[in-house]
Amino acid sequence: MKALSASRPPYLTISGLEKRFGGFTALTGIDLVIGEGEFVCFLGPSGCGKTTLLRAIAGLEPQTRGSIVQGGRDISRLPPSQRDYGIVFQSYALFPNLTAAENIAYGLVNRRMSRSAIDARVAELMTLIGMLGSGPKYPSQLSGGQQQRVALARALATSPGLLLLDEPLSALDARVRLRLRGEIKELQRRLGVTTIMVTHDQEEAISVADRIVVMDHGRIEQVGTPDEIYRQPASLFVAGFVGTMNFLPGRSIGPAGVRLGGVDLVVRRTTVAAGADCTVCARPEDFIVRNIGPETPNTFAATIGDTEFLGPVVRARLEAPALGDTPILADFSLNAVTDLDLLSGRAIRMALPEDRIRVFAGRSS
Amino acid sequence: MSAVAGGGERLAVDRDGWITRAAIVAIAALLFLALVAPLWSILSQSFEDRSGAFAGLANYARFFATPALSYSILNSVLVAGVTTLIVIPLAFVYAYALTRTMVPGKALLTGVALVPILAPSMLPAIALVYLFGNQGMIRGLLLGESIYGPIGIVIGEAFYCFPHALLILVTALSLADARLYEAAAALGTGRRRVFLTITLPSAKYGLVSASFVVFTLVVTDFGIPVVIGGRFNVLATDVYKQVMGQQNFQMGAVVAMLLIVPALASFVVDRLVQRRQVALLGARSVPLEPRAKPALDLAMLAFCAAVGTVILGILATAVFASLVKLWPYNLSLTLANYVFEDFDSDGWRSYWNSLRMAAYTAVCGTAVVFAGAYLVEKGKGFAAGRQVLHLIAMVPLAVPGLVLGLAYVFFFNAPGNPLGFLYGTMALLVVCTVAHFYTVAHLTATTALKQLDPEFETVSASLKVPFYRTFWRVTVPVCLPAIVNIAIYLFVNAMTTVSAIIFIYTAQTKLASVAIVNMNDSGAIAAAAAMAVLVTATSATVKLAEALLSRLLLWRTQAWRRR
Ligand SMILES: Nc1ncnc2c1ncn2[C@@H]1O[C@H](COP(=O)(O)OP(=O)(O)OP(=O)(O)O)[C@@H](O)[C@H]1O
Ligand SMILES: [Mg+2]
Repeated sequence: MKALSASRPPYLTISGLEKRFGGFTALTGIDLVIGEGEFVCFLGPSGCGKTTLLRAIAGLEPQTRGSIVQGGRDISRLPPSQRDYGIVFQSYALFPNLTAAENIAYGLVNRRMSRSAIDARVAELMTLIGMLGSGPKYPSQLSGGQQQRVALARALATSPGLLLLDEPLSALDARVRLRLRGEIKELQRRLGVTTIMVTHDQEEAISVADRIVVMDHGRIEQVGTPDEIYRQPASLFVAGFVGTMNFLPGRSIGPAGVRLGGVDLVVRRTTVAAGADCTVCARPEDFIVRNIGPETPNTFAATIGDTEFLGPVVRARLEAPALGDTPILADFSLNAVTDLDLLSGRAIRMALPEDRIRVFAGRSS
Repeated sequence: MSAVAGGGERLAVDRDGWITRAAIVAIAALLFLALVAPLWSILSQSFEDRSGAFAGLANYARFFATPALSYSILNSVLVAGVTTLIVIPLAFVYAYALTRTMVPGKALLTGVALVPILAPSMLPAIALVYLFGNQGMIRGLLLGESIYGPIGIVIGEAFYCFPHALLILVTALSLADARLYEAAAALGTGRRRVFLTITLPSAKYGLVSASFVVFTLVVTDFGIPVVIGGRFNVLATDVYKQVMGQQNFQMGAVVAMLLIVPALASFVVDRLVQRRQVALLGARSVPLEPRAKPALDLAMLAFCAAVGTVILGILATAVFASLVKLWPYNLSLTLANYVFEDFDSDGWRSYWNSLRMAAYTAVCGTAVVFAGAYLVEKGKGFAAGRQVLHLIAMVPLAVPGLVLGLAYVFFFNAPGNPLGFLYGTMALLVVCTVAHFYTVAHLTATTALKQLDPEFETVSASLKVPFYRTFWRVTVPVCLPAIVNIAIYLFVNAMTTVSAIIFIYTAQTKLASVAIVNMNDSGAIAAAAAMAVLVTATSATVKLAEALLSRLLLWRTQAWRRR
């Protein structure tokens, strides 16, 4: 699970980290290696400990146990002022009585830089965030998105080795959010600064992260690229948390097969002992309806129920008694719908390719 | 990879951390010397005999065995109880008018009701003497009863306590949830039942808190009974007589301990009420917007106007009396009563002393209070130290001024105290006054600080900017309105207070409020009235200047608030 992208040297290494608040364990058994220049997202449901982990890295919520090494330096017990990071909070925490330019210059003024060097750096950053000319404005005169950019520029002004972002986009409306996450990604790539962003929006994580750390109940469930997380979820929790997923209750019949209702499906590999309960996971887009021949594995009959028009695809709710009682969600392309006349009430044959099936022990709740 | 660090959540302490710690310890030590140590010495004194040996409860036993003294308890409870019964309903209706009706002129009505806060407590008593005393203009209204005694005390205290009760009740009644009233209206509930089942219960915590506050204010007030109490002894005047008159320090300490009881009780009640009241107003409550009801509004206007007239009438009496030649025989106007040199050897010096003392208190007090509140609220680490500081900061609310003043006598005047050199200095008066009014100022600062983003400090640490720089550049400017507020509060209270400093002033540092008491004692009541009016006018001027200045200030330095 401790996947480290081989291409990058490690920059931040967290080992055996645990955080308790009184009797409550907020984080436990956290092991994580983040590579230099990587963009990592902490993703998980509310209360899973994402913020707590970020704050432990920042020295704001010191861990109860475990170590954090940044750039070869053990920072486990260093106060925030002696660590090397820039941080952006959900609230931005911009100083309200200072202008945008003064906010950005805040960390520079202290560094024995000449006035002109500071001005140059501020101008450079304002250009970088596309706000040159807004320097003399106060935060209350800026839009949410602009405030967010200023906060980002302030955090980057001193060229920290690590950028920490705690739900930086959650206070913005959907459209601004979409644009800004692209900008953040772009900026990060250009500067090459190692970045950790906390979010509970899976789409956001998938679109910007090099790797995603999925968390639940104070533990890391899976670390992987967005593609890995989406296609090869390591647990039922991850499978359900990211994207839409069908959960079909079944029983294992060996290392390469599961029985669903009255149908035996071939699967790539399962470690679930034969005879044990298991859950078969498949995404709506993984079902196929074309080119099904007698030799196609894993075919079954189904009846189309309600359909929902999602734009590029139509999502259908299927009854497939052969697979059990659980209704199945499947996506059909508009072409398929027209070509095959996939309307409500139609009986069809469809298949589930074996490489798309994930099998987990136990039943999803 | 380094070894896994062991348990414990402590981080290494950086420079900021050490400075924070040192500052917390310094302010806590200051408050310890200005508050805890003196209180300790008065407490222990009450258990000692004259030679300083431990005497157990002997002093207390002697107090209760002396009828003249133990009667004072009954007297104090009597006047405090009656005053509470009079003030609370009046203040409740007034507060109701201000918050739940559309009476016209709310700003003016509020301003008038708060006037007594600006006056020393001797002022209403002096005015009452002019109205109902032996030469009183309308003494006939008393039907032969004397104003010197419980009647005078109760009326004077009612004037003095009214704004305090009003402020609490206005807050309580402002916390209304419109949804409750809409539900009641939808159910066709009658007005009377709405009042009894919604309005009163939602204000009950405010009523309880206000009652305790008024009761305590009366029991611990010194200015009114000393002027108009006559031979009617109350605890507050007993302390003074025992200590200053008979030099019986132990008995003074015993009475002081008794004065703490109601203050402590109202402190505890207030804390409990605060907690409940917050819970009462859920995050989803909808504030109530009063609607016009012409008949009710008119009745309320009549009521408020009547109360306001009495308040202004008392003030006007004092002003008028200070300006006439010889009440009530020669009412031609003169400024002779303001030539204080003719009545008191210290003359105008007491007034200038008061002004200086109030200014020092406002400046030094605000600095210490705000820095202390900042450290408590925003300091990182050293939780124990911050907790202790916050706790000590709450103590003054439970300590009446008389007790604090007496405690200062015991502590700073004790032979062998290395701080003894402070005794009798202006510095000690300032320290005492800051300590006396610390809590309210501290809470004001805390409230303002709580409204700042908690991450300002984190951001500046991550930018490697020392915390004190952010304090100067961000925290102080953003909190400037609250800071001005605190300074004015301290200034006004320093001008008008008498209870604590009456014990520790000296000939060089005599204050205006003390001069009022002295001149009144020596029969120069017109001059006493003049000084009281002068003090009130000073507070009022400062208050008005604040209103004007803060508008200007808001405009000039708070440009960032504008959108
Ligand atoms: N100071 C604290 N004291 C006690 N418990 C805390 C404290 N801070 C966080 N917790 C608890 O630790 C758990 C993790 O909190 P955390 O803020 O890290 O969640 P999160 O994953 O960031 O959630 P969200 O998406 O809602 O921000 C929660 O159950 C929370 O109640
Ligand atoms: Mg969070």
